[in-house]
Amino acid sequence: MSLYEIIGGLLSIIGASFLFLGGLGIYRMPDVYNRLQAGTKATTLGAMSLILGVGVVKMEDHWSWIVKAIIIIVFIAISNPISSHALSRAMYHRKKFPIIKSSDKNMDAYREVFEKQEREKEEKK
Amino acid sequence: MITGEFYVLPLKTNNYKHMKTLTLSEKLTRFIINWLFLMIVWFAFTTSLSAQELIAGAIATMFISLLTISLFTCCTFKLLSPRSLFYMSYFLVIFLRELIKSNFDVARRVLTPSLPINPGIVKFKTKLPTDFAKMVLANCITLTPGTLTIDVIDDTFYIHWIDVKTTNPEEAFIEIAETFEKILLKIFKP
Repeated sequence: MSLYEIIGGLLSIIGASFLFLGGLGIYRMPDVYNRLQAGTKATTLGAMSLILGVGVVKMEDHWSWIVKAIIIIVFIAISNPISSHALSRAMYHRKKFPIIKSSDKNMDAYREVFEKQEREKEEKK
Repeated sequence: MITGEFYVLPLKTNNYKHMKTLTLSEKLTRFIINWLFLMIVWFAFTTSLSAQELIAGAIATMFISLLTISLFTCCTFKLLSPRSLFYMSYFLVIFLRELIKSNFDVARRVLTPSLPINPGIVKFKTKLPTDFAKMVLANCITLTPGTLTIDVIDDTFYIHWIDVKTTNPEEAFIEIAETFEKILLKIFKP
């Protein structure tokens, strides 16, 4: 076993374990927003680490693998949070409000904005 | 519609109004920076220095950067000064540290049997000047421990927080976004 294979294998194991934790988080959390929280963070670092591991293992054959792996990592880091933001905003506008445990009214600061937008929509009709 | 020398995409939002007021030199700097950036990406994908590949890449990226000149609003030559390059690498280190921290935070919450969460949505205001800087801050907030950006309206961020410590906007700002905003202000307002 070469040094590349050992380092790449370790990175892949770390990435796979974070991806597993992300999947467990999606299973255990109570509503959409908390599931997105667990999913986004764990899959970002998990996929980054896994792809970097593959790049390092393949670097023994040719150095271009690691460059391509880094490009993919940058695209994942940019696109993952944007998709989770779009999903959570769409869920709020479908009236799936987040679970809130305490009775404090200030805990949902987005509700007033949402209700204002809904009123404006009805006035336009 | 055709305005001046370059074709501008007919988008209906107000975000692109400033394009009509840009001078020729500003458009040229944007075009050159986009072209250079796309050439770097092309080179990273092909990883070969043969003349054929480089000429094909130069022609393709030139057309792409001509067509999308109104959509790239981030780039001026100020971003390539040594000072902002230093702050960018510092930003990258802080970002990676926070990303790893947030992963261990998620692992701790998921593996605890009682599921220690106290979710809610808080808001705060930011001082960042441009839309691009706000997008970077929003993405960073999504990847830092326990927070998820739901919406950005003008200067106000709406954040879903998995463990709400305070509903006061100023305290929430200090808790969530202060470290990132300090560095971003130094990068985008030199």
